[in-house]
Amino acid sequence: MEIKLKLNGSNIVREIAPDLLLIDFLRDNKCFSVKRGCETSNCGLCTVLMDGTPILSCSLLAARADGHEIYTLEGLQEEASAFVGFLADQGTDQCGFCNPGFVMNTIALLRENPDPTDEEILQFLSGNLCRCSGYEGQLRGIRAFLDSREG
Amino acid sequence: MQRTPVNVAIDLGALGLDTIEETSEEFSIGAMVTLRQLEQHEGLNSYSDNAIKTAVQDIIGVQFRNMATIGGSIWGRFGFSDILTVFLAMDTYVELYKGGVISLREFSGMKYDNDILVRIIVKKKPCKVIYDAMRIQRTDYPVITCALSCIDGSYRAVIGARPGKAVVVEDTGILSEGITEDSAEAFASYVASNVRTSTNMRGSAAYRKHLIKGLTARNIMRIGGQI
Amino acid sequence: MEHKNYNAINKSVRKKDSMQLLLGKPVYTEDITPKDALIVKLLRSPHANAIVKDIDTSKAKLIPGVVDIYTWEDVPQLRFSNAGQTAPEPSPHDRLIIDRHVRFVGDPVAIVAAEDEASAVKALKLIKVTYDVLEPLLDFRTAKDNPILVHPEEDWKVPSDWGAFQHRNIIASEDNTHGDLEGVMADCDIVLERTYHTKQYNQTPMETFRTYTSYDRYGRLHVISSTQIVFHVRRILSTALGIPKNQIRVEKPRIGGAFGAKQTAVCEVYPAFVTFKTGRPAYICFSRGESQIAGSPRHEMEVKIRMGADNDGRIRALDFYTLSNTGAYGEHGPTTVGLSGHKSIPLYTGGLEAHRFAFDVVYTNTLAAGAYRGYGATQGVFALETIVNELAEMIGMDPTAIREKNMVKEGMLMPAYYDETANACALDKCMSRCKELFDWESKYPVRDMGNGKVRAAGVAMAMQGSCISNLDVGSATVRLNEDGTYNLVIGAADMGTGCDTILAQMVAECMDCTVDDVTVFGADTDASPYDSGSYASSTTYITGQAVVKACDKLKSQICEIAAGMMECAPDEVIFEKGQVRSISSGKVLSMVDVGIKSQLFNYVSPEATAMNTSPISPPPYMVGMVEIELDKITGKVEVLNYKAVVDCGIPINPALARIQTEGGLVQGIGHTLMENVTINSKGKLLENSLMQYRIPTRLDMGKLQVEFEHSYEPTGPFGAKSIGEIVINTPGPAITHAIYRATGVWHNELPITPEQIAMSINN
Repeated sequence: MEIKLKLNGSNIVREIAPDLLLIDFLRDNKCFSVKRGCETSNCGLCTVLMDGTPILSCSLLAARADGHEIYTLEGLQEEASAFVGFLADQGTDQCGFCNPGFVMNTIALLRENPDPTDEEILQFLSGNLCRCSGYEGQLRGIRAFLDSREG
Repeated sequence: MQRTPVNVAIDLGALGLDTIEETSEEFSIGAMVTLRQLEQHEGLNSYSDNAIKTAVQDIIGVQFRNMATIGGSIWGRFGFSDILTVFLAMDTYVELYKGGVISLREFSGMKYDNDILVRIIVKKKPCKVIYDAMRIQRTDYPVITCALSCIDGSYRAVIGARPGKAVVVEDTGILSEGITEDSAEAFASYVASNVRTSTNMRGSAAYRKHLIKGLTARNIMRIGGQI
Repeated sequence: MEHKNYNAINKSVRKKDSMQLLLGKPVYTEDITPKDALIVKLLRSPHANAIVKDIDTSKAKLIPGVVDIYTWEDVPQLRFSNAGQTAPEPSPHDRLIIDRHVRFVGDPVAIVAAEDEASAVKALKLIKVTYDVLEPLLDFRTAKDNPILVHPEEDWKVPSDWGAFQHRNIIASEDNTHGDLEGVMADCDIVLERTYHTKQYNQTPMETFRTYTSYDRYGRLHVISSTQIVFHVRRILSTALGIPKNQIRVEKPRIGGAFGAKQTAVCEVYPAFVTFKTGRPAYICFSRGESQIAGSPRHEMEVKIRMGADNDGRIRALDFYTLSNTGAYGEHGPTTVGLSGHKSIPLYTGGLEAHRFAFDVVYTNTLAAGAYRGYGATQGVFALETIVNELAEMIGMDPTAIREKNMVKEGMLMPAYYDETANACALDKCMSRCKELFDWESKYPVRDMGNGKVRAAGVAMAMQGSCISNLDVGSATVRLNEDGTYNLVIGAADMGTGCDTILAQMVAECMDCTVDDVTVFGADTDASPYDSGSYASSTTYITGQAVVKACDKLKSQICEIAAGMMECAPDEVIFEKGQVRSISSGKVLSMVDVGIKSQLFNYVSPEATAMNTSPISPPPYMVGMVEIELDKITGKVEVLNYKAVVDCGIPINPALARIQTEGGLVQGIGHTLMENVTINSKGKLLENSLMQYRIPTRLDMGKLQVEFEHSYEPTGPFGAKSIGEIVINTPGPAITHAIYRATGVWHNELPITPEQIAMSINN
């Protein structure tokens, strides 16, 4: 089947198999930031934005993206660059494999709630698993970014 | 999503069933409304004392809740469902394309058929709801779900993840003299003895009985404003 | 304690790969695998113990897109071990690429190579296997001398003997006593005896096992794999395929987490075999499910301790016996078990008069265990720290005081640690600082919060090593470029831990340049100097010192080039402040001057390689304290606060050391409270996904706070010891302690489920 969508700002038309998952479609289209960490919708590594909303690309058929706008981290480098340095300062990037999904969901959080409390940050990002960092440094990094904007 | 072949899938996404409408009598929730919409809807959460938000917010993560719909949860009548549990605690109805409007309680006992779930209706009766669930890890499936409510003066407990699907236990008058530690204990024992539990990876039948009793007693005290 | 002012050491610089990782660049194995690679899938046994009677692949081979299918009949009959260890390996050579005898649920019975994933998956379903199903041996407590023999094969062998008895299901055993154990025990006021049990926890790195293989332009096997051990993978493939090592090149790109899982060549051999047979590029990627049921998890252990002590809290005698379950294959079995005693007992060197440490490591028909951060010490520390807490509570002594009384202190000789001396040990300072940070005095008493909830606290200490002494080697090559910058080439593997960066910090310190002036390359068996790999907490300590040595060599070579330029003898110039100065004339040459000269009419290499090893393995130490809120109705434990103070010598990069600690703590919290492993009566592992194997989310770990107490390890680079593994050891015993405080019940098995807690209170 044919789908038309806007991927990272460009209109594209592709012929796909009806059972193709969005994550595989995106990786086929060179969006390598989108990672698979499980097969059960549990890890959050494959998070992308569909019409601005964070979703799991492993749990959606590519066909459902027809007519929609998808952003992966490849398309949001500038928005991510505004805050990821603060995560790097904490050393919390570690192995990096969960980073793209985590960064995408953080972008979604900050768009929806530009000044979140620690509790709101933890709640919003609870679907993004990380096995390296112990999470605390990720919170410190986001907090440092938010604090840097004040004053 | 597992990589299993899909034979026929029909997309119901374009039928305009993705909104929550509120009138003075009821909430009408389209089947395609996402769990995230439920979580963020002010009217629903103010009516339910945030019970709906509480029931929804530990389900995997924001991204998943942006995709999962109330229709999927209610139609599935899954054993582990937080959603089924919390809506059974309110005066809730489902509208079926062929079957018309029936109570959620009746629907939850029906066999799966080929009908289509159109919307969920919550009547705005005077109501107090408390939602509680026991999870080993915060975003895991619950070991037990336990909602308590007082609708128009009558109390009910809804117990799910037994691990079978949620069931309703109405008060038979145990609490009619008011909520005290004794009546709460008595009601909790009554609920526990009327709910069948069994064992799965997350807990044994006996532990679930224990949880039902303990959580029901505690939450009845909360509803009574004693805690 | 030495405390210098450093330029690049003890500084929290960003990881060299941070921005690449945080911005999602394609740097992992799958991202760089070409699309034309054959997809490799494995058909796995549904039985825990069976012989493949017949296997029919003819129908599956007819599927368009299927290139070939291999079974036990097609593979070399060469036994090998998947363990990434220095040869001669302690682990038995007990595997074939595909064995006719399958030994756990998930053991491969066929390898499918197809043009695409869909064809490979279809083929798996069409392979017909008839099994001769045998009774499995599932309980490791009954494995020793069990009539079911997990490895009866005649060509089973051990490259180095650690007390193996193949026909008793034993791959390693030992029994060592120091001092008059029974005499001291008999003289003790109290003798406590307890048995502890821990399970096969899964490392669960976010990137599952994956490997890409192809033939390079010289016709050699080129392996790109997510691995901690490039050189060991080369040897393992050479043994398994029967091809010379010089016909194999192994490199690693960025690694999506490992924690020891990738110290075993879990998946490399399958695509390598496909490339070997077909000549074509091949790629395997384990699903999460496969990584759970056929990965390389922690060894399940049962630790029996008999402890002799006096009423005043003096711990005088320890009798330690560990039974370890290595599973169906012996990877890391003989070596992990040793740490359960060697890296726990020495914590109590203070008053210890005698000790015994004995163990057996046995085969069962469960998945093969391997290396997991902590590597046996975690299991031993859980047991020992729990029995010490029980003793303290029994005699009414503050558990921090009993430790202060008995703990190892700087300068002590440790008979339970190969007679090494604690050169650098700030464990006492870790304890006093942690008490302060945690506010032990007010948090230790149990507090009833009403509504069925209580708050309580627990404490534990831990130690680890900083390498495998007398064995591990690390190397580094440092090269001066013509622009005055340096290349550092290593064979150690940065798996997210940041070793590329901390080793670059060491170069920057030695060569008086910025960390940005140092680029790092690793690891590649063709290009890197030999390194045993990144495991056993060895990279900072062993490879770090190799970096220092290489820099020393390079400095003298630079001086030699510079002396030639200044027409004087090399001993008339010195290297200082990143330049070379003539002592007599005061004239200086920059590294750019020397770098340019090195490429023009020059005999002296501006490049130096050094190797390092160590006869000792200096332990890092730490103290962890936890505050929990326990719901007596549900049994749910919520971690409120976890405070840890660590002595890792001098932390080279405090930010990275802190993240290592926080990450280890959360893994430990997971093992204690939510990660379970259940094997059913057929041998099937039930936690086969992230839906069932629940690692902690960011809502499950409370508030963490980590600090460091410095010691100075004279044999380590800049006083450094290790950090990576020790940090996982304290949550088990500390939380177990807090649960006892809240409920009055000791739990001797991990994980401790809410059900066990709730039911123990009510019974």
